[in-house]
Amino acid sequence: MSLDQLYQQIILDHSKARHGSGLAATEAPQGTSTGQSHQLNPVCGDEVTLRLAVQDGKVAQVAWDGAGCSISMASASVLSDLAEGMTVAELHDVIDSFREVLRSRGKVHADPELLGDAAAFEGVARYAARVKCAMISWVAAEDALNQAA
Amino acid sequence: MDNAEVLRIRNDFPVLNQLVNGQPLVYLDSGATSQNPVSVIEAEQEFYEQRNAAVHRGAHHLAVEATEVFEDARQTIADFIGADYEETIWTSNATEGLNLLSYALSNAGLWAAQGRGDQRLRELAPGPGDEIVVTEMEHHANLIPWQELAFRTGATLRYIPIGDDGNLRMDQAGGIIGPRTKVLAFTHASNVLGIINPVKELAALGHAAGALVVLDACQSAPHLPLNVKALDVDFAVFSGHKMLAPTGIGVLHGRQELLDILPPFLTGGSMITTVTMERAEYLPAPQRFEAGTQRISQAVALAAAANYLTETGLDRIHAWEAGLGQRMVAGLESIPGIRVLGPAAGKERIGLAAFDVEGVHAHDVGQFLDSRGIAVRVGHHCAQPLHRRLGLTATTRASAYLYNTTDDVDRFLEAVAGVRAYFRA
Repeated sequence: MSLDQLYQQIILDHSKARHGSGLAATEAPQGTSTGQSHQLNPVCGDEVTLRLAVQDGKVAQVAWDGAGCSISMASASVLSDLAEGMTVAELHDVIDSFREVLRSRGKVHADPELLGDAAAFEGVARYAARVKCAMISWVAAEDALNQAA
Repeated sequence: MDNAEVLRIRNDFPVLNQLVNGQPLVYLDSGATSQNPVSVIEAEQEFYEQRNAAVHRGAHHLAVEATEVFEDARQTIADFIGADYEETIWTSNATEGLNLLSYALSNAGLWAAQGRGDQRLRELAPGPGDEIVVTEMEHHANLIPWQELAFRTGATLRYIPIGDDGNLRMDQAGGIIGPRTKVLAFTHASNVLGIINPVKELAALGHAAGALVVLDACQSAPHLPLNVKALDVDFAVFSGHKMLAPTGIGVLHGRQELLDILPPFLTGGSMITTVTMERAEYLPAPQRFEAGTQRISQAVALAAAANYLTETGLDRIHAWEAGLGQRMVAGLESIPGIRVLGPAAGKERIGLAAFDVEGVHAHDVGQFLDSRGIAVRVGHHCAQPLHRRLGLTATTRASAYLYNTTDDVDRFLEAVAGVRAYFRA
């Protein structure tokens, strides 16, 4: 597998764009219920703090701060775009599906209809050492979602 | 040494002869773990095929032969570091050696408190008001055991800071090491900075203060001539797997008069004289610290590794690797956006270089290099406080050994030069 299949264009773009980053400077919308989670990968130092705001059963806002490799930062960025507007149940389904693909060592293909841009991370599943990089913000989101919902 | 000799040496290391991601492997991660030559692999295999038995017990032929090669291996390693046979203790690795020592020292306090053991134990044991001194550049293995020893005993942990160039602030060391210092522990060569510390100077400060001087020789024993007596340290540790041997074997060296009075850490079989249902008497070192069945085949393999290094010549290995280290740093410094940790090109360093690539995380750097068949280490290299001091969380490290050519370094440099463009940094 070539490096370009791991570092897909979408991933390189999002690693620079970092949608949703800037937690400290972002207030949660009024009237929302929030959850916040800090996740750290001690192996490589990837770190993400993610806050999720829920209103009327839907994700109203995702905001995060983090430091780490391009995979982890891009993954948080894609997640932020994807999650906003979803119902709590939908986001749970997406997180479950993402985790299944990432942990499959390449055996389970991503469903682009369900995962959208996050399907670009399918190639990461073949790099065992990088799976946690892609997962870190999603683990944070799941934790925050459980707190908020 | 020259490239022609290195190419011959490489024939002894089967693992190096392979393609990774379609390209010949360039292995630059020997600072983490080294590769084994055929002679080492065969030494372990020969032990199992011809001599395998429990040592120090049993009157049968194999037991005698196994004991003989096991203890011969100890003598080989003692000679390798300029120590005596009785002063050479097998451990699993350097980390275990440091933990063993730190627990022996807290046990010393427990023994002394109950009037057990030599009178000198009371002086060795750290307690409230005493200090343990390390440095800011330590590997976690030479930091955390001392943090925990301080916690167990009520002693205080202090450290000698580093300057921006990575060197120890020796101007401050004299004010930190003092009458309260019970233990002074520091690394011989930094696994991140490549710096060789002034061991004799530090040991003199430690001994003047009455402290035990502990040397982490993980990055020196494999790469340069090491003589613990000439360096005047009380204890030294290193790991076999970083010096051409298998995992699971390491060494704790200690001065005999200290080892013979220190309480053991692990207790059980093979380390006792008389045992009753109430208590036990212990053998002197080395058996005092070798409870249970030992890592016999690994010890034999480590001796074979030491012989390989001695026959090649550690002076020559050190000179070759230092040249590779200079080539790395000079090359890295010429690439825009690269910050090398530790001494600049032209200043002394061992054959390794850790660096930051502006705008690209170390994990991505490592992945990029791997796609070109180049193996390096990424992360904090078990030195978080050092990285924090330098304002970084993770770096990339290339570390050479006697089997690396200048072509290896050049391929590495060429790949690093392409990293920032690929990640659009």
